[in-house]
Amino acid sequence: MERRDFITVLGAGTVAAWCPGLARAAPTGQYEKLLILIELKGGNDGLNTVVPYADAEYYNQRPRLAVARDRVLQLDSRSGLHPALEPLMPLWQNRELAIVQGVGYPAANLSHFRSIEIWDTASGSNEYLSDGWLTRAFAGAPVPRSFAADAVIVGSNEMGPLAGAGTRALALASTQQFLRQARLAGATGASTNPALNHILKVERDIAGAAAGLNAGYEFRSEFPVTALGNAMKTAAQVIASKAGVAAVRVTHGGFDTHTGQQNTQQRLLKELADGVSAMRSALQEIGRWDTSLLMTYSEFGRRPRENQSRGTDHGTANAHFVLGGRVKGGLYGAPPALTRLDGNGNLPFAVDFRDVYACALEKWWGISSVAALNGRFRPLDILQT
Amino acid sequence: MRTLRACVLAVRLFAIVLSASIITARIAAAADPMGFDEARHLLNRTSFAANVEDIQAFAALTRTQAVDQLLAWTATTKVSTPAPAWVNEFESPRRLRGLSEEERKLALRAQAENGAELRSWWLTEMLTTRSPLTEKMVLFWHNHFVSSLQKVRSPVLMYRQNLLLRKHALGYFGDMLHEVSKDPAMVVYLDNASNRKAQPNENFAREVMELFTLGEGNYVEHDIKEAARAFTGWSIDLDTGQFLSRPLIHDDGVKTVLGRSGNFDGDAVLDILLAQPQTAEFIVRKLWREFVSPVPDAAEVKRIGRMFRENRYNIKVALRALLTSDAFFAPANRASLIKSPVELIVGTLRQFRFETGDVIPFVFVSRQLGQDLFAPPNVKGWPGGEAWINSATLLQRKQLLERLFRGQEMRQPAVAMNSQTTDNTKGVATAANEARQRVARALMEINFDGAKWLSQFGHSDPMLAKVVLATEPAAMPGGIVPGDDRLRQLVLDPAYQLK
Repeated sequence: MERRDFITVLGAGTVAAWCPGLARAAPTGQYEKLLILIELKGGNDGLNTVVPYADAEYYNQRPRLAVARDRVLQLDSRSGLHPALEPLMPLWQNRELAIVQGVGYPAANLSHFRSIEIWDTASGSNEYLSDGWLTRAFAGAPVPRSFAADAVIVGSNEMGPLAGAGTRALALASTQQFLRQARLAGATGASTNPALNHILKVERDIAGAAAGLNAGYEFRSEFPVTALGNAMKTAAQVIASKAGVAAVRVTHGGFDTHTGQQNTQQRLLKELADGVSAMRSALQEIGRWDTSLLMTYSEFGRRPRENQSRGTDHGTANAHFVLGGRVKGGLYGAPPALTRLDGNGNLPFAVDFRDVYACALEKWWGISSVAALNGRFRPLDILQT
Repeated sequence: MRTLRACVLAVRLFAIVLSASIITARIAAAADPMGFDEARHLLNRTSFAANVEDIQAFAALTRTQAVDQLLAWTATTKVSTPAPAWVNEFESPRRLRGLSEEERKLALRAQAENGAELRSWWLTEMLTTRSPLTEKMVLFWHNHFVSSLQKVRSPVLMYRQNLLLRKHALGYFGDMLHEVSKDPAMVVYLDNASNRKAQPNENFAREVMELFTLGEGNYVEHDIKEAARAFTGWSIDLDTGQFLSRPLIHDDGVKTVLGRSGNFDGDAVLDILLAQPQTAEFIVRKLWREFVSPVPDAAEVKRIGRMFRENRYNIKVALRALLTSDAFFAPANRASLIKSPVELIVGTLRQFRFETGDVIPFVFVSRQLGQDLFAPPNVKGWPGGEAWINSATLLQRKQLLERLFRGQEMRQPAVAMNSQTTDNTKGVATAANEARQRVARALMEINFDGAKWLSQFGHSDPMLAKVVLATEPAAMPGGIVPGDDRLRQLVLDPAYQLK
């Protein structure tokens, strides 16, 4: 049974009336700039996403799974995109798409749970932190109270980079459903009992967000009818609300392609490209494309050598996308070093994922990244100044 | 707890006899009957929720009598829920490799269905057991010695591990540690199956120190490396799913762990870990956070830790000391803990005597609320406490409660609407529809007689609130509402999330 099925079970109720479109005022301050994180859950295969099509070793490692040279969408003389990512090509040509190759971290962990925890908490491989990196960032540079929430998590209960008590993070599946359910919360007051106080705080966050969100924004842009398309639409409606948010996280699941990778990844990448493309058009429609930064992330990449089941196993370094109206498009990081695999047959990394985060924190928002990233990292230089 | 009143009567008679000789001299509060509030607190923390008659029966006991009674029940409790039919049919992962794509899909689907059945089995036991404390302790150890279906895959191995945790849940921690370390599910989960002399895998050695015994800061990386060598060769027979020691890949050299050197095997290293006072204190701190409050008292932890270790890690000794302590009953520690999803679900269904059929919807709800039985998120287990509650899970908790207390007639539209929602993404549709229909049927089987349940309170609203909530209601917008609505108002109060 799929998660969304029982969400439906719980969520099916009377359709409450909601008020459409109240006037929207764009948020101000550093957080007028929006960060949209797209989690590629399960570990996307970066090698077949950004294909090293000129590297013979790639075709050696992937006798059955390699994307043929004549099918890749060429970016330069050695890298090309998977053909399913065609909808991203206009962004590439417009220099709004930065591709960072070889993103990872030292002593990579190959467990889904642990590795995504490392990414979400921006910690080292043997370091256990409990708060998400955005939670720590917002603790140092608070999001104004006038915002509906610090951040919104769409379509997942896992708070990921927003885990921890300090932040006003909201998890929702759809704005309509959230507004319908929100009437169940709304207790006021505070308590000397810390546990009760926490619950009261969450109730206040819900009520506050419900007051600041409106589900009714009608976009002219069309969103694909996929789970990710719906999540993007929900995210866009949150962004278009009268009181905004500083960050959004959407999750695109299903990338754990141990078997029969070809069709699955093809579909997922197409959904990703269509979803991102729809989001761009929606953000342009409300004048937010230039104040939005989209970043993909994933717990790990996949092993270069394909397995016996026409799939790939958990790996390390990965390629990621950074997109937006203010991005300096191009290829960054280092192409996969297929001749320098480690003892498990995995790729060395070239860019620490925290360098990417540091870019969002320091270059995008202009806030300190040291506490948020639990150390000093070198922000990538991929944004226009 | 169905026989509770008879048992309590026996205890009281016994207490009367005793009181003539020994107890009369003692005037300490602990020797007095607990009274209603303390009894409610004790039962609420040690069971999933407390019924009025249980509270009243326990109110007449002293703290010690009550705790001894709860502990005595744990000993005699056997699993009453019939085990799933497949628990003796271990399927070798080797078999999967030989299958065609289509056969493999079917095998994986069967595995997923067995996983759901396994979760139902345990949840049913929690709902029906006469000793909720036993289940709470099994759950506690499941969250301590974490293994997950996500990685182990085999529901058979996870079932066996549950039986093992059950066997030792209130026995001796040392015995449990030794056996869990050789438990096939654990051997797979923490990769000891691939821990060999030539290529040590440190995963188990690291977690056994950090999460199972000493806690962080009480060992160094070198101890982990050396201990990992001692655990080499502890493996699993892939055909039977049984533990298998493979001497050929065991490292026979001398190892140095926590300052002691020798040709240690895994058992010897575990004994070294058990000899450290930090181990006893680490476990007591964790029990404290489960049963007493979020912030353990250092002096008490030391005292109880020493008792625990001196009594050969008898878990009952530690639990008894915690549950009879002044800290346990201290007013500041009441209602200081947040109910886990399982506690919320099982507690609600038990306390209000919901009739349920198929419990599968609750298995899914529990997962949605963040607690997927047999599949904790990682080796550290569910973080618990405030992490249980975020905007999504709080709303889902409330929506569950509202739906449960809205009564039968309101569930039907939900089911009807639900069955219209079809999944158009190709092959998934059939399986998803079957599951959906099963959930829909199960929802129709849920029954709650609100009027009958409320009648036990006569017209005493304060009594009702005291039984339902661990502390004063936090919110009362619009004042107290009458009848069935009052119950809904109470369970939707933020205070209902506390225990």
